[in-house]
Amino acid sequence: MHYFNVLVVDDEEDFLDTLMNRLKKRNINTTGCRSGEEAVELLQNKFFDVVILDIKMPGGMDGIETLREIKKIQPEAEVLLLTGHASVETSIEGMKLGAFDYLLKPIKLEDLLEKLAQALEKKDTAEHKRQSEQIRKLLKYW
Amino acid sequence: MADTHSFEEMIDDHRIAQTLMVMNQRAGAFVDLGVIDQLGNHLAYIGPYDLKGKNYYGQAWFVEVMSKGVYISDVYMGFRQLPHFIIAVSRQENQRRWILRATIDPDIFAGIVQAAQIGRTGDSFIINESGILQTRSRFTGDILSNSNIKVSSFGKGTSITEEGNGQHRQILYAGCWLKNKNWLLVISRDVRQEMRSLFATRNVEVGIILAGILAIVLTVLFTTRLTVRQLMENDRKMDELNAQLVQSDKLAALGKMAAGVAHEINNPLAVIIQKTGWMEDLLAEEEFKNSPNYEEFKTSIKKIEDHVERARKVVHNMLGYARRMEPRLEDVDINQTINQTIDILENYARINNIDIQADLAENLPVIAADQAQLQQVFLNLISNAIDAIGKEGIIEVKSRRIDTRIWITVKDDGPGISDDQQKMVFDPFFTTKGSGKGTGLGLWISYNIIEKMGGTMTCKSQQGKGSMFTIVIPIVTPDKK
Ligand SMILES: Nc1ncnc2c1ncn2[C@@H]1O[C@H](COP(=O)(O)OP(=O)(O)OP(=O)(O)O)[C@@H](O)[C@H]1O
Ligand SMILES: [Mg+2]
Ligand SMILES: [Mg+2]
Repeated sequence: MHYFNVLVVDDEEDFLDTLMNRLKKRNINTTGCRSGEEAVELLQNKFFDVVILDIKMPGGMDGIETLREIKKIQPEAEVLLLTGHASVETSIEGMKLGAFDYLLKPIKLEDLLEKLAQALEKKDTAEHKRQSEQIRKLLKYW
Repeated sequence: MADTHSFEEMIDDHRIAQTLMVMNQRAGAFVDLGVIDQLGNHLAYIGPYDLKGKNYYGQAWFVEVMSKGVYISDVYMGFRQLPHFIIAVSRQENQRRWILRATIDPDIFAGIVQAAQIGRTGDSFIINESGILQTRSRFTGDILSNSNIKVSSFGKGTSITEEGNGQHRQILYAGCWLKNKNWLLVISRDVRQEMRSLFATRNVEVGIILAGILAIVLTVLFTTRLTVRQLMENDRKMDELNAQLVQSDKLAALGKMAAGVAHEINNPLAVIIQKTGWMEDLLAEEEFKNSPNYEEFKTSIKKIEDHVERARKVVHNMLGYARRMEPRLEDVDINQTINQTIDILENYARINNIDIQADLAENLPVIAADQAQLQQVFLNLISNAIDAIGKEGIIEVKSRRIDTRIWITVKDDGPGISDDQQKMVFDPFFTTKGSGKGTGLGLWISYNIIEKMGGTMTCKSQQGKGSMFTIVIPIVTPDKK
């Protein structure tokens, strides 16, 4: 078990469940929720190293609003934005708000894991460095 | 004469001859002279005829001269068989009345009249009230013949009439009634003949006017044609502009739609990919590996993933140009970018016997642009040209600076594009290449990149001859650092 926590936020149930299953299968501590509000609640009770956040979530908070809240609650959490279309302006806005990077759907798991590794690397602590290494090994093996 | 000479003097043959001589010295037209008494007896006569002893009593002229005192006859033949006319005056002397009568040769008299015959067609003559010629005329007729002139058409004093004489002659008559006698002196000229030189001048004038009119008409025709051509040219340009506007409108709308569609497609694709990934994860577990259909499952999943990947590429390409909304501005050397692009494609082209020729202007300035995007455009255009040619051909890439713009053309000698298809080449997904080979997004993305740079991209093509794509971009000078 890796010593880091990942939160996945996406309104699309099929996508969320499957991605969580696959991450868990790779021994990554994964939590999931289907709205910005739920994510905020979860973040108030638990530390997450990386948040994978869908930008477009109809009804309620969208990705950008959620991102703002996340950065208020846990500024050290790295946020990876997922976008289904070319709302690049939004993605760029997200980057300005402190998101680590953004990925265009559909994503391959390898790409996601690579970004995850990079995000952890950025954290610049010995612990995170080690975790990043582990993910890279995972990628090589797979 | 009758007034200055007495009857006694006049009946003397010698004296009368003298008188005739004196008279002829003055006028020279008198043929003879005679003296007649009040009973009509010819008492004295001098002249070529022997008229002495004749009696005129009762003759019309005798009656008239006796009553009115003067008589002038029309020209007549008389018994002399020569045209002549007489003038007779009567004189009251004491209880006696006598008549002095002179015969006048109209020929001599006509000499005076004929002096007025001018020009080649001029005529002058005298006619009486009935239009009978009293003198010989040049063209109008001999003496005593009918002149056929309508005497009534002449007014009291001097008047001019014009008469068409057949088709070829038009004669102008000037007439003047003589004093003391109802004779009309007529001068005539053939207007046509006489005025030929005038006509000639007139013809020259008419010619000049006609030439002028012709010149005006020609100028008008020329200028109208020029104007019409210009209007048509303007029309054509307007049409072209409109077509371009319609094109860019259409592409903008399509772009928006594409972005919307992309989202709707990407989300399900994202799910599919996760599902197949999950299936692969599970297949990797021991119990599945022993299943007889394991390989079947594996290849099927792989195929699904391949096709999702294909769909993903289409959508991503479609959004490719939008990925970087604000082009990153850097210092770009257009020629260098073109050369790099040619380098990338050169090997592939050479294998297919395609010669890529670069004709690049040396004076191109460095501009502020997005090099990667420009390269993408050139790559699209040149690889399209290669695809179009297939095997063996020439691609010409040109760069030029014209005023504040840079022109880049990519020309090939491939099969060209039909007029119908030319309207669609910039449309997203328009492709004539087989499925999996072309997405039909290359030109669409290129078009959008150039448009965002403030430039234009156009296509000219003729089937069977080749195609030429032209890019015109404004020169944006980089900020000095
Ligand atoms: N130089 C050319 N000569 C002839 N036809 C051309 C040329 N360039 C483009 N076309 C036509 O225009 C179509 C659209 O071109 P475009 O670059 O947009 O898409 P594509 O080349 O078919 O696909 P992709 O660029 O995605 O590989 C082509 O399929 C081809 O029919
Ligand atoms: Mg969504
Ligand atoms: Mg193409």
